[in-house]
Parts: sequence; structure tokens; C-alpha cells
Amino acid sequence: MPAAHTYSYDVLIVGAGGAGLRAAIEAAKSGVSVGLICKSLLGKAHTVMAEGGMAAALANVDDRDSWKVHFADTMRGGQYVNNWRMAELHAREAPERVRELEAYGAVFDRTPDGRILQRNFGGHRYPRLAHVGDRTGLELIRTLQDHTIHLGVTVHMEHTVIELLLDEGRAAGVVAYDRERGRFHLFSAKAVVLATGGVGRAYQITSNSWEGTGDGHALAYRAGAELIDMEFIQFHPTGMVWPPSVKGILVTEGVRGEGGVLKNSEGRRFMFDDIPDNYKPQTASDPDEGWRYTQGDKAARRPPELLTRDHVARCINREVKAGRGSPHGGVFLDIAWIAEKRADAEAHIKRKLPSMYHQFKELADLDITKEPMEVGPTTHYIMGGIRVDADTQESSIPGLFAAGECAAGINGANRLGGNSLSDLIVFGKRAGEYAAAAARDRAAARLDEQAAERAMRASVEPFDRGGAGENPYAVQADLQQTMQALVGIVRTEAEMMEALRHLDLLRERASRAGVAGHREFNAGWHTCLDLRNLLDVSEAITRSALERRESRGGHFREDYPDKQAEYGTFNIATRRLPDGSMQVARVPLPPMPAELAQIVEEQKQ
Amino acid sequence: MPQATFRIWRNNPGEAGGFEDFRTEVSEGMVVLDAVHKIQAEQAPDLACRWNCKAGKCGSCSAEINGRPRLMCMSRLNTLDLTEPVTVEPMRAFPLIKDLVTDVSWNFGVKKGVQRFRPRPADAPDGTWRMAQRDIDRVQEFRKCIECFLCQDVCHVLRDHDKHDEFIGPRFFVYSAALEMHPLDTADRLGDLKNTQGVGYCNITKCCTKVCPEHIHITDNAIIPLKERVIDRFYDPVTRLLRLITG
Repeated sequence: MPAAHTYSYDVLIVGAGGAGLRAAIEAAKSGVSVGLICKSLLGKAHTVMAEGGMAAALANVDDRDSWKVHFADTMRGGQYVNNWRMAELHAREAPERVRELEAYGAVFDRTPDGRILQRNFGGHRYPRLAHVGDRTGLELIRTLQDHTIHLGVTVHMEHTVIELLLDEGRAAGVVAYDRERGRFHLFSAKAVVLATGGVGRAYQITSNSWEGTGDGHALAYRAGAELIDMEFIQFHPTGMVWPPSVKGILVTEGVRGEGGVLKNSEGRRFMFDDIPDNYKPQTASDPDEGWRYTQGDKAARRPPELLTRDHVARCINREVKAGRGSPHGGVFLDIAWIAEKRADAEAHIKRKLPSMYHQFKELADLDITKEPMEVGPTTHYIMGGIRVDADTQESSIPGLFAAGECAAGINGANRLGGNSLSDLIVFGKRAGEYAAAAARDRAAARLDEQAAERAMRASVEPFDRGGAGENPYAVQADLQQTMQALVGIVRTEAEMMEALRHLDLLRERASRAGVAGHREFNAGWHTCLDLRNLLDVSEAITRSALERRESRGGHFREDYPDKQAEYGTFNIATRRLPDGSMQVARVPLPPMPAELAQIVEEQKQ
Repeated sequence: MPQATFRIWRNNPGEAGGFEDFRTEVSEGMVVLDAVHKIQAEQAPDLACRWNCKAGKCGSCSAEINGRPRLMCMSRLNTLDLTEPVTVEPMRAFPLIKDLVTDVSWNFGVKKGVQRFRPRPADAPDGTWRMAQRDIDRVQEFRKCIECFLCQDVCHVLRDHDKHDEFIGPRFFVYSAALEMHPLDTADRLGDLKNTQGVGYCNITKCCTKVCPEHIHITDNAIIPLKERVIDRFYDPVTRLLRLITG
């Protein structure tokens, strides 16, 4: 089965969201040839949906901010199982990366003296998020896209990678198919950067686009790379819950940053009822102080609605389970109430949260300037991913790099809002830089044509089974239901063991999936090929979650509801063994240098 | 559960196609994209359509619904008459690939031809700039564009007159206007707009503005000001006279 084309690049980047584009810019600037593969059209990646902003200690709004405070906030939010070196690099370099975007043409909201405006967000001590209303992700991706197209990068749109090829243990290229014609293409590369985003499509209720099928995670895993922290999944506390067809679509944390409050069916601000001890010193003692914080009063502390996402999601879950939820199974998020405080409330809400206004108006017939929204947790982000070197972003496979959501380390057990967009540009840049350097030091890679042939043949098997095979959409829906019900916000050993049994059956069904028709733009075929990745990441999530017998950040075990000090000393890693089974191991966290440990201690006050 | 009929365009690549009716269950709050997904999952697994975010933010699921260019994800069924079949067809101004998917690559090529952003030197020693919010409000309106290309689809200069080689279309006038009105930008795009990008072809019928899902005032705020700048530069009699005198 011959491939239609063979392309050859120094650096090949898989994924064109924020991390992939930033990597492409950096690699291209260093003078190597760069190919960029994206599953959708350019500029449509999931980054476009990010709303609130990107965290960087620019200190434009509050001059008490610095990289040290940002670093400490990130470690605290991640419950100290983060890769401290990544958290440090991220906090130090984010301001420069954000300023660079302005040089590329980004147009952030401004302070009165004309600098980049920053807003409050959960878990960040000071207003830190550079933003553009509530469409910051669109601004980021468009800025990077419009910059990239003038750098000589070759973009392969609507191509999906099905296999990573190695040459004597080093990354050497990929096999991909194009959606339009369904033809296979070989890409040889001296270095490969994976920037494929997340795994949200493994769950029923998710804020992720269809692309979030864990491709990079699964490609790297199958090639032998190590994944870590896969048990840590972020359930964003505020997704839409009604109407049913939009369930899971994100409602930005910016709503709470601008003064929005969470209430149960009794009208109680339940977030004041449960404030974790380590956040007590930084949390408002009453609603008035919380309001003043959102309006920029530097003496005030933040309202409990802006506690970390894992905590807020669990509080909402608790209210709903206790029968104090909203009519459609969520709780109320109210921004309309600020009319009591500001005469210009309606115009203010529309200006600060334009896409939220638009989204509720169009999809739920609801005017957020007048009525409260109904919200509930939605699968949003995976902290876990490909294990990488902090400085270079190289994985455990030489020549294979990863950046953005598909890489792990910076976020630990829970990611702070706003740290994702800055992660993309900080580590996207580093991945591009080091991938280019690795490519320069290396002779042309040899493509393993037999492995490519095997991958191509296996990929067309669903056509042999035809319409009589398993319906891939049904398998995907059952997988999503399994993960939602059994490996969701609240987990137990018994349920996760059951999930593993389900996954075995689903794997068997997926191997029988069939599709009729031609290879041209055949969505059913694409779904067949996505299943393998979804199953691999689901298994890694479940096995890692079984191994962590404690609760921490995005991972909550009903059977082990407390945090255990012992579990704060390692990450959980999964790796594919030669016999195809999944190995789960504990990888000790390296000790933090004294200088960083001191920063963490100082910021605990 | 109530049912509705969706009359969806089907074709194999390179072949003539036609409408095919699908009857499916509909429920409260559904949008057209939900119905298309349901049909894909239950009746036509190989039905081709583009989509990503399903929240009106990515601009992938552009189509013509009952003849009007719209995003499928933002078209609620309760705004449509479900006693009649709902027609869903691909954007007609672009070459058809399969079913609801068209070849929009022309747009990506056009963008490359617009001169890139070139900022003035930094305002402050730390390499940063100062811009007032009121000076960027207009630019931010243009930067809301999600590149769904519905404005390109509806524009008669492209759709009916096929001026793809001489006219960049509303999307790229908005893009050019965002750059021209960017307080930091120093490049000059007026010559290109007049000579090769066809801003003069637009006769202000405002069809693009009407279909914009982001409610950008494409004609009033982007195209007309660009036309005015071109006229001031190239056609204003006083300026022309001065140019003649001063050379």
C-alpha cells in the first residue's frame, strides 16, 4: 500500500494550537525547515475556545506581583507534585512571551495608562491574566497564525497522524492521512514536536472540541514514551448544563473574576461554607470583601468562588448531590446581581464578557445581565501527559518533543486558570527551539517503511468490515459514558475496576468497528481511528487513578478522601511494555532547590 | 419525541450530488449541528461536515441553512419552521468537496498576500508599547472575527461574479482594516487595496454584515473607512493637484 507523498522536514510539528504554532515560529526563526500538521483548518484548534486570559506576572495592575509569587501560586495550585523546574521557567518567562505577542500584533485590553490590562482569576494572588474580553484564546491563536504564515512554514491542514515512526529508538517521522481524500502521507523529520492538546472527548460532558482525542498522548505512549500524572483531570466547575445539546460548553472563570457569585437553590453562597485551610489566609471573610477584591481593592482578599477549580467543582457536585441544585442539575452563577453595585452593570457585563453574553443569549435564550446562569462541572483539561525534560521539552524518546496540554509537569495535580495559555507560549517556544537544535545536530532520519506499511494497512481495516461492523459512534459514546460514570469527579476502587473491565470490552468492540463508503472525508472512518487513542488514554487515566490511593487536586477518591504526605513525593507514570500491557510505576519527585523551597514557604503566609 | 426532516446535501467527491432527506428526533435546545451529528451517528456514518467547538467560537461549521449562510452550531431548531424540511447545504461560493465540506483554501492564500503587521519601535525602554483602550476598541471589534467565511460566501462579487483573482472579499477587508487601524502598525496597505485587492468592487450591499455571526459591522466600520482612505489618497482632487505641483 504506497503512500501518496513523502515529505521531509528538519522539524515536524503535530498540532497547530497555541503550543504548536509557537513551536513552529521558534523553529522557523532558527532557520531549519518546518512542517506543521493540523487535524482541522488552520486557526480552528481548541486554543480558540480559551476565554479568560493568560497568566503572566507583568505586574501592570498590581506591582506586588512577581515571578516568585506566580511560581508559588502554581505550586500551591498543583499541590506540590508539579515539576518545579517547569513551574519556575513558566513563571519567569511568561511575561516576555506575552509582550512578544504584542509585537506580533495581539491587541490586549488596556490599563488606564495604556499597558496590558490584567484580571483576577482563581488561585492567582494578584490580577495576573492578560486578556481580550473573554476571547483571549482566539486572540492568541490568530496572532500566532498570522505571524506563522509569513515564516515559510509548510502547513498540512486537515491531516491526522496515525503512527509515530522511530529510527533506532529516535523519533524519525510520522504516518498521516488527509481528511479530504483519505490518502496516506509519510513525513520524515529529524525532530518531532507533539502539540496535540487534550483528551476531553473520552468523557461525555466536556468543554473540548472533537479534536481532543488524546492523539499525542497515545502516539507517544505506543512508541514507548512515558506518560505521567494521567489521573489528574480538571473538571472545570462551570460548564453550561442546559439545554442538553450544549451541556459541557465552558462558562469562563472570568465571570467569577468580574464579581459573579455561585448560589444554590436556597440562594446561599455555599462557597463560603468550605474554604481549605491552606487558602484561608488569602480568602475574603465576607461577601463585601470579595466584591471589593473583584473591583481592584488591593487591601481585599479574593472571594471563595475564586478558589482552585478542583475545589469549586467538588463543592458544586456536593450541593447538587445534597438536593440543593438548580432545576437542570447544576447551581446558579449570578453576574446580574452586580446591578446592585454598579449603575453601568449591563454595559459592563457586555463589555467584559461579550462571548458569554452571546453564548447564553443564542444557545439558552437567557440574558446574563438579567438572570443567573445554570452551571455544573465539565471535563476541561488533563494535567497529565507526556513526560518531558523541563528545559528542552524532550520526552523519554530522543528527538520526540512535546508541549502544551499533551505534555505534563507544570500543573501538578491541578492547573490554575490562565496558566494554560501561558504554558503554550512558554513551552511551545522552548520545544521549537530545542527541536530545531536537535535537528541541526542530526543526519537525515531513515523512515521505517515496514512500520508505516503496517500502520496504513491496519487503518483501512474498518472498510473490510464495512457497515456490518460495530458502529464506531456507538463505541465512542459508550466509552464516554464509562469514563464519565466510573472515572469522573468522584472515584472509587470498585468503580474503576469496573471501568477497566468495560475498557477491555470496548477495545474488543473497537477492533470490530466498521464503516461503509469511501475514504474521502468519511467521518465514520475518522471515528474508528480515534477510538484506539481514546482507549489508550482512558486506560492510562484509570490505572493511574487506581494507583493514587489518596485525594489530591483534580483526583478525588471517595475511598481515600484525604491527602497523604507519602503521595506528595512521586508522580505516577504509565508506559507500554513490549507485550502491549500497561506498566504503572511511581517516579520520585526530585527535591526542590533551597531557593525555590524558600519562595514557596514565604508565599504560604 | 417530536421528529423533523433535514434535507441535507450529499455528494461523492467529483460527482454530481443531490439532497437526501433524513428524519430524526429533535429535542429542546437542539441546534442544526446536533441534528447533523445525530444523523451521522445513526443513519449516515460517512456524512462529511466540519465542526470543532460547537460554541460559535471556531467558525468551522459554516453552511447554508434554509438558504441562509449560518453556523450550524448557533442555529437553534426553535428558530426554524420544523413543519417543513430544513435544508442544509454547503457554502456555495467555494468549490465543493463532499457533502457539507467545501474547499476554503483560497482564503488562506489570500491572507498571505496581505502585508503583515509591522509595529513602530517600542515606546518604553523595556520594549513595551502604550495604547489607549479607546484607540483599540475598533480594532478589537475586527479581531472578533472567527474566520467562518460566511461573509465571503454571501458576497456577490465572489459568489456571482467569481472575482477571486481581483477581490479579497469582506473577511480580508476586515483583516486589512484591523491592521490599518492598529495604533502600532506602520505598513501601508492602501495601494494594494486599490490595485490588487479590489476594494472598489464592493458596492456596499451589506450582505456580509447581515450574516456575520460575530456581529462585526463589516461594511460600515471596515470597508467604508478603507474606501475613504483609498479615495483620500488616490482620488481627492486637492491632493492630486498638490501631488502634481510637488511631484
